Amino acid sequence: MGRILMKGNEAIAVAAIRGGIDAFFGYPITPQNEIPEYLSKHLLANGKAFVQAESEVAAINMVYGAAGAGARVMTSSSSPGIALKQEGISYLCGAQLPAVIVSVMRGGPGLGGIQPSQADYYQATRGGGNGDYNLIVFGPETIQETVDIMKEAFAIADQYRNPVLVLVDGLIGQMMESIDLDRPVKERNLPPKDYATTGTRNHPGRHIINSLYLDPLELENHNKKLQQKYALVKAQETRYETVDLEDADYVIVAYGTMARIVRSAMETLKKLGIKVGMIRPITIWPYPEAAFDLIKADCKGILCTEMSAGQMLDDVLIANNGRHKVAFYGRMGGMVPDPEEIVAAIKNFSDWVVK
Amino acid sequence: MPKGKTTFAYEKCKGCLLCVAVCPQKILYQDMTTLNRAGYNIIKVSEPDKCIGCAFCAIMCPDSVITVGVEK
Amino acid sequence: MEVKYAKTKGLTDKPLTYCPGCTHGIVHKLVAEALDELGLLGEAVGIASVGCSVFSYEFFNCDMQQAPHGRACAEATGIKRVRPDLTVFTYQGDGDLASIGIAETIHAANRGENITVIFINNAIYGMTGGQMAPTTLIGQRTTTSQGGRTLAQHGNPIKISEIFAQIEGVAYLERVATFNPKQVLNAKKAIKKAFTYQKEKRGFTMIEVLSTCPVNWGMTPIDALEWVKTSMTPIYPLGLFKDKGDFHE
Repeated sequence: MGRILMKGNEAIAVAAIRGGIDAFFGYPITPQNEIPEYLSKHLLANGKAFVQAESEVAAINMVYGAAGAGARVMTSSSSPGIALKQEGISYLCGAQLPAVIVSVMRGGPGLGGIQPSQADYYQATRGGGNGDYNLIVFGPETIQETVDIMKEAFAIADQYRNPVLVLVDGLIGQMMESIDLDRPVKERNLPPKDYATTGTRNHPGRHIINSLYLDPLELENHNKKLQQKYALVKAQETRYETVDLEDADYVIVAYGTMARIVRSAMETLKKLGIKVGMIRPITIWPYPEAAFDLIKADCKGILCTEMSAGQMLDDVLIANNGRHKVAFYGRMGGMVPDPEEIVAAIKNFSDWVVK
Repeated sequence: MPKGKTTFAYEKCKGCLLCVAVCPQKILYQDMTTLNRAGYNIIKVSEPDKCIGCAFCAIMCPDSVITVGVEK
Repeated sequence: MEVKYAKTKGLTDKPLTYCPGCTHGIVHKLVAEALDELGLLGEAVGIASVGCSVFSYEFFNCDMQQAPHGRACAEATGIKRVRPDLTVFTYQGDGDLASIGIAETIHAANRGENITVIFINNAIYGMTGGQMAPTTLIGQRTTTSQGGRTLAQHGNPIKISEIFAQIEGVAYLERVATFNPKQVLNAKKAIKKAFTYQKEKRGFTMIEVLSTCPVNWGMTPIDALEWVKTSMTPIYPLGLFKDKGDFHE
């Protein structure tokens, strides 16, 4: 097919089709509307399921039902909409159901705004739902990377029987880039869906999709199983990229859109003779703590940059474990920093140190 | 009148008396001297010969305790 | 001796967790008998909701999903849209359906989702200990309406069947009761009809069953049956609300 120019949200939809999506359930919200718009046309034309639900709450529960019946199912939304889906997300994790959730972040809190933001890092990695659960969260930097992850996301969700959240912002959703839809996807040995409620006629015994365990010991054992699964995800799925890390005097940590801006800033900084490297988490849960072990011992400091007040900063501090000085520079509310702001933050590193 | 026979799965009985209330022959009663393992006083038939096999008792039983047979 | 009535194989052998004399057990039997008699058990998926019937996934002898509070019809929609070959039903109480889940229910009905909803109306929250439900009658005492529900404070009880009867996507809707054997048999007929309609792809079907909650009403099970008849049926009249013969597809 070669390279084609596509808008981020539409590319997400196309990649979901490539990933084998059976059903989409969602509710309109800016800036992700092109995803359901595209899928509404293409899924129904191909005998697949699409429902514009009455609310985000209903949509995520339709996801639960369809996932429980064995389908590859997806929903997408943006910040306040993802907030509404938290109940269903917790249930999906509790009942161990696979699903793909796309979150196209906008500024908050509350109704906030519609400009790109990264202020839902906590929402994605810490969650607003109840209980000890984790989503497998990707924070891709480009439309190409988003496409590659979307194509793989259904298989990852199926492998671990856990929802996968693809976290982008309005900038990636709304801009256009040249992409290759045909890049190869990692082959996975997927277990049979021997939990799916497809009728007792179609399988031995009764299949029950459930997250209720009234006996506390039983519930603890269920949680232990979930934690074992999350440990496996950490071991097998953690992804990150490093750029010029080895002899960097300053290391910048950024994901998604911020990593794009950091790349520009790094060019300027190098021209100024400053040795700067980058750690770019691709999964933000599990967080690539191991990447921080690659930072040289006499590094002058780590700058965490986000389009938020500093949420990933927590994970940077945990991963750094007191080894280096950590600074933070961020913009909020939909303001996207210029590369010059990052350059200035490195030049005046001590002004931005938090710990 | 057809002749019926009721059999009770006593251990599942919760002694709610719905069967007693709807029996048209008034032949069911709660035996206040016999408890099942769950601690409920169970239901017995006072005059089995009078059972007409209408199955009203079984239809009303929320816990599927009662099996009803009828003689052809 | 010929067996005239025995426990249906549509129910598992698990003892029901309901209080003595609670008519949930009767309705469970009717749903299970209907599925069994129509030969649908092997293709049925039920949705257990939140409330006293949350454990119904242990009782119905078919595949089951347990839904968050109020979301049963959304779950059912998800299942039915990806597996239209399955017979999908929800089993919901009045708190689940008429309060927290009314949006999911009304929109599933409006889309004409080809599912069957079994709606248990006992005018109270049973599981949580007898709080006021949206269906609680004016004057009825509950733990959150201790002087009796008043019109000024909480409005009138919501009449689900009356509301849903106006929705185009509803193919069949009947309000039934379980206060005597005749009513129980009539309820079973209605439930069977609803599942038959679903099999024929006619659209959304709902059976509202007036049910009892002896413990939280503070009555004996027998008095509770009488209360359904004398106090509930004047507010919630029994009967057919909608029967749309034409096909969904």
